[in-house]
Amino acid sequence: MTERYVVAIDQGTTSTRCIVFDRNGQLVSLAQQEHKQYYPKPGWVEHDAMEIWRNVERLGPEALRRAGIGPEQVAAVGIANQRETTLLWDRATGLPVGHAVVWQDTRTDALVNSMSLTIGADQVRHDSALPFATYFSGPRVAWMLAQQPGLRERAERGEVLFGTMETWLIWKLTGGLHVTDVTNASRTMMMDVHTLDWSPSSLEFFGVPKAMMPEVRASIGVFGKATSAFPGVRIGAALGDQQAALFGQTCFTPGEAKCTYGTGSFLLLNTGGELIRSTHGLLSTVAYQIAGEPAAYALEGSIAITGSLVQWFRDQLELIASAPEIETLARTVADNGGCYIVPAFSGLYAPHWRSEARGVIVGLTSYITKGHLARAVLEATAWQTREVVDAMNADSRLTLKTLKVDGGMTADNLLMQFIADVLDVPVVRPLAAETVSLGAAYAAGLAVGYWPDLEGLRRNWHRAGQWLPTMDSELRDTEYGNWQRAVERTFDWIKQPR
Amino acid sequence: MPGTVQSIERAAAVLRLLAGGAGSLTLGEISRSLDLAKGTTHGILSTLKTVGFVEQDRISGHYHLGTALLRLGTSYLDINELRSRSINWADPLAARTGEAVRIGTALDDQVLIVHHVFRPDDTFQTLDVGSLLPMHATAIGKALLAYRAAGAVPTKVLDRFTRRTIIAPRALAAELKLIRENGWSAEVEELTPGEAAIAAPIRGQGGLVVGAIGIFGHVERICDSHYEPRPRLVAFVRDAARAVSRDLGAARG
Repeated sequence: MTERYVVAIDQGTTSTRCIVFDRNGQLVSLAQQEHKQYYPKPGWVEHDAMEIWRNVERLGPEALRRAGIGPEQVAAVGIANQRETTLLWDRATGLPVGHAVVWQDTRTDALVNSMSLTIGADQVRHDSALPFATYFSGPRVAWMLAQQPGLRERAERGEVLFGTMETWLIWKLTGGLHVTDVTNASRTMMMDVHTLDWSPSSLEFFGVPKAMMPEVRASIGVFGKATSAFPGVRIGAALGDQQAALFGQTCFTPGEAKCTYGTGSFLLLNTGGELIRSTHGLLSTVAYQIAGEPAAYALEGSIAITGSLVQWFRDQLELIASAPEIETLARTVADNGGCYIVPAFSGLYAPHWRSEARGVIVGLTSYITKGHLARAVLEATAWQTREVVDAMNADSRLTLKTLKVDGGMTADNLLMQFIADVLDVPVVRPLAAETVSLGAAYAAGLAVGYWPDLEGLRRNWHRAGQWLPTMDSELRDTEYGNWQRAVERTFDWIKQPR
Repeated sequence: MPGTVQSIERAAAVLRLLAGGAGSLTLGEISRSLDLAKGTTHGILSTLKTVGFVEQDRISGHYHLGTALLRLGTSYLDINELRSRSINWADPLAARTGEAVRIGTALDDQVLIVHHVFRPDDTFQTLDVGSLLPMHATAIGKALLAYRAAGAVPTKVLDRFTRRTIIAPRALAAELKLIRENGWSAEVEELTPGEAAIAAPIRGQGGLVVGAIGIFGHVERICDSHYEPRPRLVAFVRDAARAVSRDLGAARG
């Protein structure tokens, strides 16, 4: 057998990476390139899709070269991508129509508000299982189509195409295949989560012509063969990045959950074949679908500010020189000294969804030192996780037994111990840190038979670290009560106009 | 008499100027004051910035003395920074060798464990982070001792843990010399019967040894039938140490 490797493309918000994995799921080589962020107006965030494609075109061969292999030794390529980022391009020339509008972009704020009050909005909510928010792609497409005269007509004739980043990359890699996967489609507000296809009424609601939409496929199954970057190699999978991390952590059974701790944090719980509509502020989403099988669903809790609170502490307060030093500073004191920081910098995400909330530091006394503040910074990430886990337990009636973690903040031992303490469950870190890429590789390898089944993948997962809860339950309850009171103090800070 | 190094003299002059100045200075002010070309001055300032002796204000672009100068006497690399920077190399080392990985740094006369990756067999293990180990009886400790500039061999009485623990100062000095020659260290049943370890130094900027990374496990897995560390495992440990050192800015060695 000459096909000895699987390649993952991780098309993220700030950079694109190509990683080569071997049969044990071990990283063999990596090539990475950042791309430019465009901020044309406050709240607007854009990417140049051509720049991102050129990066993939260069990083693919570079990763293979570093591994010392050729495309003939690659069994499959898998794609994990930044979700909800929205792009239009010309079918004939293959050139983007303007920049891609990134998931963080809030330009559709007013549009989303008015849409959410329009007749038909409830049907969209029902079909997509999503609330109206600037986060999702549907309102963005509506906004983009309204920008240029004649664009909608061209879209109706199928001359202008819509896609999220995986759709764009597959189009470029295959030279014209226009497809998406169910996980990415589930973040557009335009897919029906039951039929796993575009909802005709939602497309009509957003005024998006069917002719511009990609075909919705299972996440795991051969999409086609690449003609560039990896000539001749099959594209075996495409998944949104957080769903890829869930897959990379081998959370294949209902009740298994992972949390990726980065700038923000994303907790996903596998709910199996059952779509659970959250009544506690979580998102219902597709976890993955293997071709020919029913989809697996997930509940998702998104926390806006976790690692970025540490960055703020470093760059704006300048109390530490590097992010890891937050732990050193926090360990100079035994507890938070009664101080709590709620980082509602741009409102609060799950489970509160309060856009008018703003951050607070409460419990300040003359006793408080920068060490206590550092502790409060770390504890904020743990308590926000606790709120999401509580919402998940309530929605799913599945009680979380352990939390699998990944991402840069897992290097912080004090934080990981504190998360175990406040959740009262073990927190485990896998031996493979690159779970997003690994998930894309696993999915692609599974699609082409490189790995036989989910059990085979599960055997590759190994525990690299574990933190067990040690906190006294009375203290936990008292502290959680304090945190919740601190959260209440962030509400209603921004006065709404009108 | 050997010649002096001109760029070091100039760097010292820049530091004296910043220490005596009004808090912060521009590139132009520094180059004018020392009568140096702007390019030369900029090169000196950039280098001093990378080692942390000089900092540059993000907005004004003015230069002032760095906080690293105030901490010259203490450890210059934060232990949590060391863990954060080495975590991506410690995981593959555990995966390749099938053994547990530890990273340690010197704290007074002991080894402080700053990072620990479980042996990847999913058995129950507990994190050793924060625990203290004796220097002379561990692979990590001996790797740290070997590169200490002065007083490498502790003067106090060395504790015996097993009959293989090296407690004679002369024997330990010979062992440390061997470690410097080989570039790696081993511990064979010197702390705990039945256990062995291999370690190699992690170097930071300028080649300064800031810690050591190694694997530990059952002696029959770490060593061959002659109680010699397996060359394949030694190579993996040294590769990992070099990779972390490169990330920390040490010159390629």
